Amino acid sequence: MFEIDAKDKYYRDLNEEVRAAVDSGEKDIRLKNVNGQYYLATGLRGKVNITIEGVPGNDLSAFMDGPTVNIKSNAQDNIANTMNAGKIVIHGSAGDVLGYGMRGGKMHIRGDVGYRVGIHMKGVKRQSPTIIAGGTAGDFFGEYMAGGVLILLGLDSPEESPIVGDYLGTGMHGGTIYIRGPVQQKYCGAEVGVMETDADDKKVLEKHLKEYCADLGLDLKEVMSRPFKKLIPVSSRPYGNLYAY
Amino acid sequence: MFKSQAPPIFRATIDTDKCIRCKRCIQNCGWSTYSWGGDRVQIDTSKCVNCLRCYHYCPTEAIEILKEETRFKDNGYWSYNHIRNIKRQAETGGIPLTGMGCDREGTILFDHLMLDACQVTNPSIDPLREPMELKTFLGKKPSKLEFTKDKNGKRKLVTKMPPNLELAAPVIFSPMSYGSISLNAQKVLARAAKECGILMNTGEGGLHEDLKPYTSNIIVQVASGRFGVNPEYLNAGVAVEIKIGQGAKPGIGGHLPGEKIPLEVAKARMIPVGTDALSPAPQHDIYSIEDLRQLIYAIKEATNYKPVSVKIATVHNVAAIASGIVRAGADIVYLDGFRGGTGAAPGIIRDHLGIPIEHALAAVDDRLRQEGIRNEASIIAAGGIRSAADAAKAIALGADAVAIGTAALMTMGCTLCGKCYTGNCSWGITTQRPELTARLDPEVYAVRLSNLIRAWVHELMEVLGALGVNAVESLRGSRERLRGVGLDAQTLDMLGIKPAGR
Ligand code: SF4
Ligand code: SF4
Repeated sequence: MFEIDAKDKYYRDLNEEVRAAVDSGEKDIRLKNVNGQYYLATGLRGKVNITIEGVPGNDLSAFMDGPTVNIKSNAQDNIANTMNAGKIVIHGSAGDVLGYGMRGGKMHIRGDVGYRVGIHMKGVKRQSPTIIAGGTAGDFFGEYMAGGVLILLGLDSPEESPIVGDYLGTGMHGGTIYIRGPVQQKYCGAEVGVMETDADDKKVLEKHLKEYCADLGLDLKEVMSRPFKKLIPVSSRPYGNLYAY
Repeated sequence: MFKSQAPPIFRATIDTDKCIRCKRCIQNCGWSTYSWGGDRVQIDTSKCVNCLRCYHYCPTEAIEILKEETRFKDNGYWSYNHIRNIKRQAETGGIPLTGMGCDREGTILFDHLMLDACQVTNPSIDPLREPMELKTFLGKKPSKLEFTKDKNGKRKLVTKMPPNLELAAPVIFSPMSYGSISLNAQKVLARAAKECGILMNTGEGGLHEDLKPYTSNIIVQVASGRFGVNPEYLNAGVAVEIKIGQGAKPGIGGHLPGEKIPLEVAKARMIPVGTDALSPAPQHDIYSIEDLRQLIYAIKEATNYKPVSVKIATVHNVAAIASGIVRAGADIVYLDGFRGGTGAAPGIIRDHLGIPIEHALAAVDDRLRQEGIRNEASIIAAGGIRSAADAAKAIALGADAVAIGTAALMTMGCTLCGKCYTGNCSWGITTQRPELTARLDPEVYAVRLSNLIRAWVHELMEVLGALGVNAVESLRGSRERLRGVGLDAQTLDMLGIKPAGR
């Protein structure tokens, strides 16, 4: 375990230290006393574990390609912006615009998330991103989604109480959203279909949630105990009739 | 069938006496205007867009594309397009789409600007026989240089120089994505950029494998759809551009129609085949200058501090916005005027939003100078640069370099038919249909595009010679060398130039 004390360090110097440690072959890095520094693990590549103690600042893990980042507390906005591969585990809650344009890898959040989470996520067969949030989410969850999987659990909410905001999946044209709680069509984008989950979905969910529960010390059975709704795009060309050619 | 009340605009005709029934026109037309009728070519003229592909490839010159004579009655107020759009909208309920830049007439400021020349009292320079420097560096310039002297009294530069892009000439190619244009068209741009020592820009569609040999002449782009962006991509080129807006469609996002998303493009963009590729209107992580700064520095962190360019459409408040962009840390500000080209834009947006590049350029250059930050970023002027003359005038107004898109496509055959959004471009440029893209041979057309750049380089040298300066640097922002003809006092004041004769 390689330790870096982030106390009073400017983000640029701190990130340089982290990159230097990764370049020198460190596989396990602990950042102590982190206090809002931007861009931690941004653009970082390779197989390395980074543990963050304290609250990291915006744009954590932007464009990240491979590392695993473990955050013991809450985190801020814009995490995993266009992230390519790797994993982020957040033991608290996180802010707005998480996983914007995310292309691969996983983000597991125990608590609530803010607005516009998982927007414009993409995926092709082998490379597909996943975001799982344990609490509730704000408006525009999964907006413009083109691929990947978004799962929202509402673990701390009573059954039947809504756990996601308005404009769910607006502009969605690929990927899948699972919501463990009620979903009303009127709060979804026009291009989204809400359906019941079947046995195949259950398998998909179990696969993703097994790892999630292991990461955050939760009970898979308990998590799977409530029904999920599934949201997928009903038209691949929601705006096909918008134009006069 | 319901006959459209919007009559055809063009009439494709074949002189049956000259026609040898070779059927080449049938193959060449991307819009299926022609079909084989058993003994002769049949023509569905409503499909013709006047791209002139068939005309060029007819071996006997039997084809003529005429303006359709049957038209709405002439009306000085209701233009042909007004009436036609209403008919189309009544039939479809849709927004009329357009391709390429705004084609409306109206004051074109470039055409009202005249450059100076030397006579008697100051010598002009003969560019063919005397040195003439067009080399251009894009990026931040230090506000002062500091030196130390070593033991032997030799001076040494101690100022750390910010990263700069070196161009052989002050002209680059504007961003055009794989998807909006064909891979072959991108290859033409890449080859010519390398050949001419300038740059091309990937646009927002990823960097195709085949372009990797050209990465030292490539700027990669990050836009709201984040298509094709990963750490490798960010680090592949010489700089990264954040696209906020485009001159042809300020304030709206990109919309690549499903027709232009076959498997290869879908893979590059990581979206399903045949869906519309949507680039949201805003980047949802940028709602302020502070947010922009955050993305600029995220990219710098991810690329070990490569230069970052920020591209915006020129809108009313462009000077203040550009100032914010420079303060946010951009190395280059790319200004795209409202005449700029596009693969697809709603006509109402293309023709009625934004301001001309000439105004924007003058305003931005002024503002950055007033604030003492002009050295902090280079300015690229784009959006309607039609000739080396426009380029020279843009540089005199304050640009470090110009970017050309439409002009570059014309060297590949484009005739400005404006139907790029259909995905049927007969010239193989703005299409992904393999039988059409195959006709654009990158090797052949890269020579033509390089010729264009070479010709402009010579023209720029001639102009500099006539101005009596031996480096493009001396023309940059030198508005004293411009005069306005037929412009009102306010416009002259805005442009910071004198009227001709004064
Ligand atoms: S669209 Fe082009 S190729 Fe087709 S008929 Fe018209 S001019 Fe000829
Ligand atoms: S690129 Fe093709 S479709 Fe577009 S204007 Fe040029 S010739 Fe027409």
